[in-house]
Amino acid sequence: MTSGLPLLSSSDPPPLKLNKSAGSFGCLCRDASFTSSTLDDKQSNLTSEEGDSSPSDIFPDKPLAQAYRPALKKQFYSADLRYHQRFPLECPTPGRKRQVAWGSMDLPRSNNSSFSPFEISRASSVGQNKKSERVRHKSSQFEENLFQEENPRLIYIDDPRKTNENYEFSDNEIRTSRYTIITFLPKNLFIQFHRVAYLYFLAIAALNQLPPLAVFGRTVSLFPLLFVLSVTAVKDGYEDWRRHRSDRKENNREALVRQGGQFHLKRWKNIQAGEVVKICSDETLPCDMVLLRTSDPSGLAYIQTMNLDGESNLKTRYARQETASDEFEGCAISGVITCEQPNRNIYEFTANMDFNGHKFSLSQSNIVLRGCQLKNTEWVIGVVVYTGQETKAMLNSAASPSKRSKLESYMNRETMWLSIFLFIMCVVVALGMGLWLVRHKYQLDTLPFYRKRYFTVGKKEGKTYKYYGIPMETFFSFLSSIIVFQIMIPISLYITMELVRIGQSYFMIGDNHMYDSSSGSRFQCRSLNINEDLGQIRYIFSDKTGTLTENKMEFRKASVCGKSYGSSLPWLETSITERSTGTQRWKLKSEIAVDPELMKLLHKEVIEGERLCAHEFFLTLAACNTVIPILQDDTVSIDYQGESPDEQALVAAASAYGYTLFERTSGHIVVDVNGETLRLDVLGLHEFDSVRKRMSVVIRFPNNAVKVLVKGADTSMFSVISKDTERGDHIWEETQKHLVEYSSEGLRTLVVAARDLTVAELELWQIRYEDASTSLTDRAAKLRQTAALIECNLNLLGATAIEDKLQDGVPETIESLRQAGIKVWVLTGDKQETAISIGLSCKLLTTDMQQIIINGNSEIECRNLLVGAKNKYLVKSLSRRNEDFGRGNNSENGYHEVSLRTKSSQMPQWTVFKEEAKPNVPLALIIDGNSLVYILEKDLELELFELATSCSVVLCCRVAPLQKAGIVDLIKSRTDDMTLAIGDGANDVSMIQMADVGVGICGQEGRQAVMASDFAMGQFRFLKRLLLVHGHWNYQRIGYLVLYNFYRNAVFVLMLFWYILYTAFSTTSALTDWSSVFYSVIYTSVPTVIVGIWDKDLSDKTLLRYPKLYGAGHRHEAYNLRLFWITMIDTLWQSLVLFYIPLFIYSESSIDIWSMGSLWTISVVVLVNIHLAMDVQRWVSITHIAVWGSIVITYACMVVLDSIPVFPNYWTIFRLAKSPSYWLTILLIIVVALLPRFLFKVVRQAFWPSDIQVAREAEILKKFPDRMVSKENQTST
Amino acid sequence: MAARGETSSAGGNDAAQDPFPSAQKMSKRPKSKQLGFQFTQQELPACKPILTPGWVITAFILVGVVFIPIGLASLLASKRVVEIVDRYDEDCIPQSFKNKTLSYIQDDKTNKTCTRSLVVPKQMKSPIYVYYQLSNFYQNHRRYVKSRSDEQLRSKDGERKTNTCEPEAFAGDKGPIVPCGLIAWSLFNDTYKFSVNDTVLDVNKNNIAWDSDRKHKFGSDVYPKNFQSGGLIGGATLDSSIPLSEQEDLIVWMRTAALPTFRKLYGKIEVDLEVNKTITVTIQNNYNTYDFGGKKHLVLSTASWIGGKNDFLGVAYLAVGGICLFLAIAFILVYVLVPRPLGDPSYLSWNRNPAGR
Repeated sequence: MTSGLPLLSSSDPPPLKLNKSAGSFGCLCRDASFTSSTLDDKQSNLTSEEGDSSPSDIFPDKPLAQAYRPALKKQFYSADLRYHQRFPLECPTPGRKRQVAWGSMDLPRSNNSSFSPFEISRASSVGQNKKSERVRHKSSQFEENLFQEENPRLIYIDDPRKTNENYEFSDNEIRTSRYTIITFLPKNLFIQFHRVAYLYFLAIAALNQLPPLAVFGRTVSLFPLLFVLSVTAVKDGYEDWRRHRSDRKENNREALVRQGGQFHLKRWKNIQAGEVVKICSDETLPCDMVLLRTSDPSGLAYIQTMNLDGESNLKTRYARQETASDEFEGCAISGVITCEQPNRNIYEFTANMDFNGHKFSLSQSNIVLRGCQLKNTEWVIGVVVYTGQETKAMLNSAASPSKRSKLESYMNRETMWLSIFLFIMCVVVALGMGLWLVRHKYQLDTLPFYRKRYFTVGKKEGKTYKYYGIPMETFFSFLSSIIVFQIMIPISLYITMELVRIGQSYFMIGDNHMYDSSSGSRFQCRSLNINEDLGQIRYIFSDKTGTLTENKMEFRKASVCGKSYGSSLPWLETSITERSTGTQRWKLKSEIAVDPELMKLLHKEVIEGERLCAHEFFLTLAACNTVIPILQDDTVSIDYQGESPDEQALVAAASAYGYTLFERTSGHIVVDVNGETLRLDVLGLHEFDSVRKRMSVVIRFPNNAVKVLVKGADTSMFSVISKDTERGDHIWEETQKHLVEYSSEGLRTLVVAARDLTVAELELWQIRYEDASTSLTDRAAKLRQTAALIECNLNLLGATAIEDKLQDGVPETIESLRQAGIKVWVLTGDKQETAISIGLSCKLLTTDMQQIIINGNSEIECRNLLVGAKNKYLVKSLSRRNEDFGRGNNSENGYHEVSLRTKSSQMPQWTVFKEEAKPNVPLALIIDGNSLVYILEKDLELELFELATSCSVVLCCRVAPLQKAGIVDLIKSRTDDMTLAIGDGANDVSMIQMADVGVGICGQEGRQAVMASDFAMGQFRFLKRLLLVHGHWNYQRIGYLVLYNFYRNAVFVLMLFWYILYTAFSTTSALTDWSSVFYSVIYTSVPTVIVGIWDKDLSDKTLLRYPKLYGAGHRHEAYNLRLFWITMIDTLWQSLVLFYIPLFIYSESSIDIWSMGSLWTISVVVLVNIHLAMDVQRWVSITHIAVWGSIVITYACMVVLDSIPVFPNYWTIFRLAKSPSYWLTILLIIVVALLPRFLFKVVRQAFWPSDIQVAREAEILKKFPDRMVSKENQTST
Repeated sequence: MAARGETSSAGGNDAAQDPFPSAQKMSKRPKSKQLGFQFTQQELPACKPILTPGWVITAFILVGVVFIPIGLASLLASKRVVEIVDRYDEDCIPQSFKNKTLSYIQDDKTNKTCTRSLVVPKQMKSPIYVYYQLSNFYQNHRRYVKSRSDEQLRSKDGERKTNTCEPEAFAGDKGPIVPCGLIAWSLFNDTYKFSVNDTVLDVNKNNIAWDSDRKHKFGSDVYPKNFQSGGLIGGATLDSSIPLSEQEDLIVWMRTAALPTFRKLYGKIEVDLEVNKTITVTIQNNYNTYDFGGKKHLVLSTASWIGGKNDFLGVAYLAVGGICLFLAIAFILVYVLVPRPLGDPSYLSWNRNPAGR
């Protein structure tokens, strides 16, 4: 695997697209060293003829726009030409490219939406197409939003017929249902028979239909299959009916659609692409539409995208000024929209519109998507571009890939063993049958109990009856024994497990301790297959922002003009009062503490350097963003809505300092500066993107001065800041110092800069900007080039520091998880200093840890660092590593018992136990994304793996989404250990899907992570309970459930097997057909399900108190091969007891076959239920009902079956129940069968108690000393 | 078997300690709601049994104490049963036919009467059950067990439902065979006559079959038809004037046996037999077990509350009871000599062995 760009030019992706995107990327050097002077020349040649376009032309409130149409058009057509000229210039050296490539993935979290497009379009494939595919994805990541020019979609506005003439676009009817009444049965059966288990059922049932084999009655043999099929069919049918209902409801909603010049109501399902639709406030959008006009004269509309990405804040969408002024009522409209084919990317939209002779571009901000709601806007009018299944909402509604639990794969291995047993038993029966036939070859004609020949008069006389020769008979015997022994393969186990997991999920969801009251979100189980994996997690890969931290930003500090403010904590009340006495007239939703010193500086009358600097600083904070101020009714309090929490925090901070942003349209913003209203025209806005990592606005002040205001990440900003003056140098140094200081405190930093634009610069930029923003191809890249024109030689204003608060309980959770033997790795997009500081604050890193920092810029450098670290810390081989790891645990073991905090005092203790003198310091590996590029792509993976696994903490910073998945894969592919990934953002999707268990946090960053996850919850700290409590329970339960089910079926089958040895190998079953079928369906199924759901070995309090009990899952204590064999030996013994005790007691008696069968049936049912009862650890009323109820139901069934005179077993149970020896036999069977098991259990508990056993005793006998304490407290209060 | 620990009222107690606020509120809510809360939080009141030494020893002693008397009682009962078993299939072949048993048994003309003398070892109280015992006769063979038609046996309407009876279903053009199937066809046809000191002992052949079978399974309107009319006679013939419900030998025979060696009730002798009396049995040795090496026994037996003579039940009970008592003692010793304090945290793996896992 190699990094993005080199691959792009060498591997398989379609060459045409590839070149373009590569080209466009080539020029994206992220620092000012690329000023593209050559490019500029060419550009100016091309554009000079267009003359000096006034910047205001872009904004349609000046009516001049029309005049520049020709020029704009020309530019548009010349795009290709320019593109080719540019291309050769834009191929940097490979090394350069690589850095650029990975740099681009190195995303600060403040603007997730800028990279989530990729995530959404690629995420689903990451999980499915394994490693080999990843190479391609890594590279294709850069083909950001390829525009499929070959096949654009043409939408004729208000002309649906023409629109749909050439291409049959789908109508707006949505269908989430799978079946119709006609297709239900075949399709549902077809889907159901995809399961191997059902095919097995079917094959067995089919075998039983063959005349020579009819072991069971034909209808009886179909019963289990029909039962399972019909239950599933009813379930599927019901679900589908509900989907039908909701679809119908959705499809029959009505919207105003322009028909014949007027807006009339039309059902959603009849809306076609090209139609013009009017939506009123608070209505839901029926399809994806391009905005034409809104109730706001400037074309502004607010939408809530809750249904789409889960974000509750309002987003702005604009109608283009060209269309916003048009009247849509009555008169004719004509226009064409050329847009891309439907895709899943909800953050991108590229199209062009030709409207009344105007030609202009459309972007994501001009489209509103199905499922969103219109808010704060009276109405909007838009033209439908994507409908029905082609809407982005529908395209995004794919389910996450299903995962399979590890225990289940082990289970399949044991199922193989059971198949082998089954095979052996069938072979024994078949061979026995063959030998018996050979021995009695000459008697078969007349043998009273065989008689193969007809001796009755008639045409059949002399013919053989059901006899096909000895070899065939042997073979048939084999097949029929498969039928008799079929439940040896515990098919019902799969159904049982599903039921149990549903039950477990129900209780996990219902757990009040995992209910996040702040967001009102319950725990969610999105995947039902991997509950038990939660009990065996060894590695946790955690995202930082939004997962460990709250992602609620608070403005903390500022460095203005080389001076740091806000460090004088605590924030005094006085500052707030001072503010209220001042000119403040805006009320914010959140209170922000203000540094009085900075406040004072701002209110100085004298306009000198520092004051100006501070002024510009806050002006930038107020202006350079995409935040929407929403005025409440009283027009005093403001709610800032924005896509980035950082920006919200900054705008709020600016407001606190007297720079209140209170109005924003597409053309201007209005800022209240200490009571003075300042209207600023926004000439252009370069949004934040992941390559530049900064955003800029071009602002025209009322005095016609034009400024570019920029804010961005420090790495990207310092390269575009001029530092020619001495003063600049000084500020530069000071600011950098402050930045280091801030980030070491775990604050997120942004650098703010600005500069005046000269008229020439402005003109050049305006033309380029206009061109770029109407471009259909590589718009993003062109905008980036344009931005590079003005984002240079900036004056440094200062830096901001925002605190990203840790979530509740994060340090405690991490501590517990580590005690439980789980390694927590943090993978973050933040920079190294921030990552380390967060690591320290959440107790992931401790000061006594030896930090190994891998920070290489080339493969060799990385290798050297890795090897050096390995040599230094004596990590040599895998075997060593394990030792090391064990030791690491011990250190934790030691201090846990004494106290939670006295780690260092325990250090010497464990060094004593080791003869080798090893560095007795836990290691922490800190590695950055750049190094990971080289390591993950090369053969250094192994080195990293060895080093990383020997460290107790691993912190990866500056990692790109796919690298996160790569790191997870690094562990997943090299060990058997279970991995869990937890994250909240779209950038965690790939990691979540890659890990064995993916957990999504329902945070502020949308629902992408939740949608992709297996489990979702509100807070990181719930992870502790999820793993230590529910994971443990689920694992113990499922582990026992599987073993018990193996036992339950095997004991029954073995009992049948022994009997067959006494029937001349003729596969007779003494049990009635119905009893055989009911055994696993009715007689014994319920208790296993109940125990699988309700049994608890330990209470949640004990489990949380002793996190180390989680180690039971790591050691595979509940389910392993050894346990399987022990269970099988026990099964063998029990089956022998079951069979031979009645045999001895009733040998040489007049007992008939059905009485014997009845005795066996009852015995086996009672036995397996008491066996279960013996292992139940916690008897709740439901358990009692299930276990004893099963036995009662079995008797009831027997009574019913024996009351039907047509059955040969008529009246059996009544006769039996009268004889005392019947009851004595059952009692004897139960005691003898369970005696060894009981003995084993008792001996084991007496001499080799497991941790769980000891903890359980302590819990039940209430031996926890601190428990007593808490009780006393309780009574006293 | 599992020992019980104390029943903890998990709900209220634990919930009060709970940091979660709603748990405290819960205690004030009505009981039904509290139950719902306990249910969803998996905190329902529960009994959590643990195997304390006391419970283990109690369990073993209990089993021992219960099992040994039962074992003694059943052993005693079994010992009291008097049983006379006589194998006659070989001895009833005349010397001249010793090497051609098949031709002897299959020939209609040979004299099959055979006289046996049995000595009563102990006094036998009435009723004395007369059984015939067949060995190596697989009445439980799959082909055999299924070769019957319960519908046909039950009523006249089901006469033609013989498809499960092959190859004894139809007698050519004469219609279905009643009762059809191999089981009926192979009906046992040896007869016994008993006499003591030349006085004939009556054998009561009434009520030897199950009441339920006579009343509900075998129809009183079903009469034998075309029975044993084929080329091969399997066993007894039936009087076609007597309905099936009164053909008790057939009913007994049709309750097929579970094992290849089985007894079937032939009749009851309703007089006491004194010790050392010689019983003369006149056997009509008709039934052919010779071609498959089956053995025939005549069994006279009294009955006890556990059934016939079988020591196994008693011995097994005694053995298990003894073992459990022994284990109880063993565990008492173990718990005295190597006690392990229950719930002692020092036994936790991370405390026990700090040097590694």
